[in-house]
Amino acid sequence: MSPDKKILRLNNIWLTMLLFSLGVLTMPWWLEPIGAAYPDLLQKFAIFGIFAIGYNILFGLTGYLSFGHATFLGVGSYTAVWSFKLLSMNVLPAIVLSMLFAGFFAFLIGYVSLRRSGIYFSILTLAFAQMSYNLAYSVLTPITNGETGLQLSKQDPRIFDRLFFEAGEGLPSTTLFGLDMNGYQGFYFCAVLLIIAFFISLKIFNSPFGLSLRAIKSNQTRMSYTGYHTRPYLMAAFIISGMYAGLAGGLLAVTDPLAGAERMQWTASGEVVLMTILGGVGTLLGPLLGVGIIKYLENIFSSVNSQTLHEFFAFLPDSIVTLVVNFTGLFVGEGWHLTLGLLFMIIVIFLPGGLMQGFEKIKNRFTDKA
Amino acid sequence: MENSFFQIQGVNKTFGGLIALDNVNLSVEQGTVHAIIGPNGAGKSTLLNCCIGKLKPDTGTVTFDGRNVIGKTAYEINQIGIARVFQTPEIFPELSLIKNVMIPAFAKRDGQFKINWFKSLIDEDAIYEEAVKILDDFGLKEQMRHHAGNMSRGDKRRLELAMSLIQHPKLLLLDEPTAGMARHDTNKTIETLKKIKKSGMTKIIIEHDMHVVFSLADKISVLAQGAIIAEGTPDEIKGNPVVQEAYLGGTEDA
Repeated sequence: MSPDKKILRLNNIWLTMLLFSLGVLTMPWWLEPIGAAYPDLLQKFAIFGIFAIGYNILFGLTGYLSFGHATFLGVGSYTAVWSFKLLSMNVLPAIVLSMLFAGFFAFLIGYVSLRRSGIYFSILTLAFAQMSYNLAYSVLTPITNGETGLQLSKQDPRIFDRLFFEAGEGLPSTTLFGLDMNGYQGFYFCAVLLIIAFFISLKIFNSPFGLSLRAIKSNQTRMSYTGYHTRPYLMAAFIISGMYAGLAGGLLAVTDPLAGAERMQWTASGEVVLMTILGGVGTLLGPLLGVGIIKYLENIFSSVNSQTLHEFFAFLPDSIVTLVVNFTGLFVGEGWHLTLGLLFMIIVIFLPGGLMQGFEKIKNRFTDKA
Repeated sequence: MENSFFQIQGVNKTFGGLIALDNVNLSVEQGTVHAIIGPNGAGKSTLLNCCIGKLKPDTGTVTFDGRNVIGKTAYEINQIGIARVFQTPEIFPELSLIKNVMIPAFAKRDGQFKINWFKSLIDEDAIYEEAVKILDDFGLKEQMRHHAGNMSRGDKRRLELAMSLIQHPKLLLLDEPTAGMARHDTNKTIETLKKIKKSGMTKIIIEHDMHVVFSLADKISVLAQGAIIAEGTPDEIKGNPVVQEAYLGGTEDA
């Protein structure tokens, strides 16, 4: 008797991967109608998708809510830029080093933070993140270049590149063996990594390792009395998610080779929490959905200004246009976070399981009738 | 007495001024069912908690199969072969029954630590098969894909028992396995426990229900106010006047 997929609620790996890869690689085509099909935004979808998938391995499976994952994003970016400065403009060493460094940081922070659980764990990770952020701004200025942010310069050594060719005029751009990493090429590079990242996460979700992480979320006391040494399992999940964040940070630097401390700020950590919850914690696709929606709406709402609002409400009588524009103006542009807050509240109140729960409900309604 | 399978020697435990355990000695022979009975607050659960690393006794030793148990953590104690069923069912409510039972089997195999992330649950034929079989034994096979959290209390307790048994522990500690169960469920549980009694697994049972105790136990220890006041076979205990005084209230005709 071999295990029954339906009973174990497992996904068909190869079918899922096929559909997922198709979906990701054809994004430039199917996002066209909603005006989201330009490289900058697509790159963001893929990069933050990787970030959220990794975060979901920790938060979604083990239930440990980290408020400091932007640290690893920042570490990844700084590492990548340093790799561009010192080693080579090739992106491969940059992203490999980003992941390694982020993993190392995750080990250090996780080692301390995972001694506590629940709210204490969250606060510890938040404290470490703010500490890293402030260090990056102040004493670590020689490494991070403080407020200005770390940038490429023509004087950088780039020792590997110099072995093969002379430095050109102007700032070099990031490449994958000669392939420039901007525009659609940059997106496809990120997309391939997103697909690999998703594959690993899918394997983890279906594995005994993933099951033990879920069981830790469900009842950690029982896990200890069942013979599981839970700490190293949590540690592994923490480091894996840290490395995902490092990869995302590295890719941010690949598509735009500079790194600033603001990438490590708590708002950035909070954003990935929002994305994961909005889409559906602990589900495979939920975090990606959250990323898509937040990044897309951010893109739309933050570009709206009072001029566009005036045009939009032009059909109203003049007397109230100003009033309406002034009011709605609070929710767009710089104030787009207000909209995000409202959206988040509505989702959490009506669909605590995120959008994926909404889909599940709709699906159940249809299957019940059938 | 020196080489008993499971031995508690001179265990004391106080909480503030309260003496919870007062120089408790207990030895359990391999393959027997040993019941610990006693009125509420006698220290029965405290005694078990001292055996599984939840509490540390003030003095005394607990040895299992020649190894010291005191100071070991909960998971280490499980790994040397002691499993425990709790008074309030400790299960994984968000997971399906089948997964609830598979987890302890994985724990036995790679509880120390092993990231076998590349292997899918679908490849775990042996563990899956055993889990299905054990759920079948407990009459839970029909519901195996449902969430464990939605079951009745009796079913949850039987699930927890199944979770312990899949590990084939050398010693099973049962904390009131039938508490809060309907008579029908109690009988089902007794039947199951009798079945596993035949397998020769050593068990320590804490129980209120005398019906359960007298139908299962080979030996009974009576705990009152933290001290063992009597020990013997079920028949000896039934006839013991001290026990009747302290526990049975002297009213029950044995």
